Amino acid sequence: MEQQKVLEVKNLKTHFFTKEGVSKAVDGVSFYLNKGETIGVVGESGCGKSMTSLSILNLIPSPPGKIVEGEILLHGKNIVGLPQEELRQIRGKKISMIFQEPMTSLNPVITVGEQIAETIRLHEKLPRKQAWDKAVEMLRIVGIPSPEKRAKQEPYQLSGGMRQRVMIAMALACSPDVLIADEPTTALDVTIQAQILEILKDLQQKMGMSIIFITHDLGVVSEMCDKVAVMYAGQVIEEGATEELFEQPLHPYTRGLIDSLPKLYEEQDELQTIEGSVPSPYKYPVGCRYADRCPFARDLCREAQPELIEMAKGRKVRCYQYSEKWNLQESGEL
Amino acid sequence: MGEVQPILEVTNLKQYFYLKKEKLFGEKQIVRAVDDISFQLYEGETLSIVGESGCGKSTTGRSILRLDEPTDGSISLFGENLLEMTQKQLRVARKDIQIIFQDPYASLNPRRTIRQMLTEAMSIQDVVPKEKQEARMIELMQLVGLQPEYLERYPHEFSGGQRQRIGIARALSVNPKIIICDESVSALDVSIQAQILNLLKKLQKELGLTLLFISHDLSVVRHISDRVIVMYLGKIVEIANKKSLFDTPVHPYTRALFSAIPTVEKGQKRERIILKGDVPSPLNPPSGCRFHTRCPFATEQCKQQEPQLVEVKDGHKTACHYWENFL
Repeated sequence: MEQQKVLEVKNLKTHFFTKEGVSKAVDGVSFYLNKGETIGVVGESGCGKSMTSLSILNLIPSPPGKIVEGEILLHGKNIVGLPQEELRQIRGKKISMIFQEPMTSLNPVITVGEQIAETIRLHEKLPRKQAWDKAVEMLRIVGIPSPEKRAKQEPYQLSGGMRQRVMIAMALACSPDVLIADEPTTALDVTIQAQILEILKDLQQKMGMSIIFITHDLGVVSEMCDKVAVMYAGQVIEEGATEELFEQPLHPYTRGLIDSLPKLYEEQDELQTIEGSVPSPYKYPVGCRYADRCPFARDLCREAQPELIEMAKGRKVRCYQYSEKWNLQESGEL
Repeated sequence: MGEVQPILEVTNLKQYFYLKKEKLFGEKQIVRAVDDISFQLYEGETLSIVGESGCGKSTTGRSILRLDEPTDGSISLFGENLLEMTQKQLRVARKDIQIIFQDPYASLNPRRTIRQMLTEAMSIQDVVPKEKQEARMIELMQLVGLQPEYLERYPHEFSGGQRQRIGIARALSVNPKIIICDESVSALDVSIQAQILNLLKKLQKELGLTLLFISHDLSVVRHISDRVIVMYLGKIVEIANKKSLFDTPVHPYTRALFSAIPTVEKGQKRERIILKGDVPSPLNPPSGCRFHTRCPFATEQCKQQEPQLVEVKDGHKTACHYWENFL
């Protein structure tokens, strides 16, 4: 059976043109998302994961930011460069987004019910009363107790967990095809995070949307996502089905990340660390961007950039160790 | 073997915050951030306090240094009550207890070089004679893994991990006995977090430091601690040595907390306990056991009667009426 591709990002490059030079925050990112699927985009601060997600809805601060290359296909149709008016039709209706800090995304002086109803009326031509009823219903669906009462409250009257539920209610009010969740549980306590993740999974099953889950938390990814793209210095450096990727990470960086996590069920004397730091997005090295921190790096790695090699279907890695060249060099033929 | 004396003993500590009256003749509102907790800290150990936001873990750390003035209780350092000291005595005592905060960006003065910061700390506490300060600074920088040349730099010239190293160097500059780490690795990326955790462990071993480690992250806590305190809404709900706590958590809250943590470790199929509702406000904490509003096992007794901390195993204490059912 052919899976239906809902969203595909092809060779996306988002660069920032600043006084200091050109910052290549997103530098050739590709991935796709099937219907009902969840992809996790992980990486450490500055790897470009958030800029990738903002680029999809063209929400990057511009200037200085600009999508300089690449395509974003929604149901096969490129949405890069669409006029604002058309993008507005897509935002909230086809693709919605939730962020880390709901307080900064909600209007502080309008009741949450109004805010959700406004989104609904923008995309579906419903009368006020019906839109309000639907807003209350959405609040009920995301598990807010006494939604009729809560709908009339303003954001400051709600707890952090509740506010994130409101954001989810608003994002899903128009049944989007894709939900982009950018660190949605990072600011929450673990017991509240568990509630929010449960709700997202539950609603995904009921509504059949696809989710792009952006996070730095590998644990959250392993519980939420079907597949994972690991980003480093503006690029995807490894991709694969979640379980496979965590059990058998191929890229030295992915392995390093997993090893540097303190374990919850295991005693360790010392944690593995990754030496050095991330290269500046203004000046990436010529070769592999991870080479300076990689324990396996050879001359080859510093000469030119490795390609993203497809090892098996859906399993990709950007590392010379898995290339023909590496083996040839090993046997001395190169 | 004689009884080991704790280096720091916290007894019946209460930290209340009084809010402004909402009405002219209304009642004063009281936030009971830390409500009657007691524990001991022994020399050379790492004791962690874990819990979610608002549980009082950071307030406890701040109270010990009297960064907020505690409402009641006693905190004795080497047998002397910190709460009865004059400001002058307190300043001397603070030489022995240093604190490292979460945000290394906010806790370093942007207008001072690292050299100025370290010199200031050493001069205030008068621990190192002037002529030896230079050598001491170089030693400190090497100790925390920074190049001595960086002494002339300003905080903005460093990365987050490096800044946290500077924070550590500053804390160490006065030769403290105890370091309180308040979410000291929470803002860092995992690869950097691992470096700082390793550094703290190494320093503790080499310098014989005692650490009070405050964190919301249980896997970090497992890695660094000898003993662990779990707090909920201003109360201690469980306290045990690390192995006992992670092998057999007793309190329903501790168990829910464990089960809520997403992990990449496979073969760890646990029963998921998803707690209902939010953490109640410490302004009007629930009666009886403070966890009863979210506890799946709560009974009438839990609503009415506050459970006391009881020892359930060697050194493992918990505050739950029904602990025997969970052992």
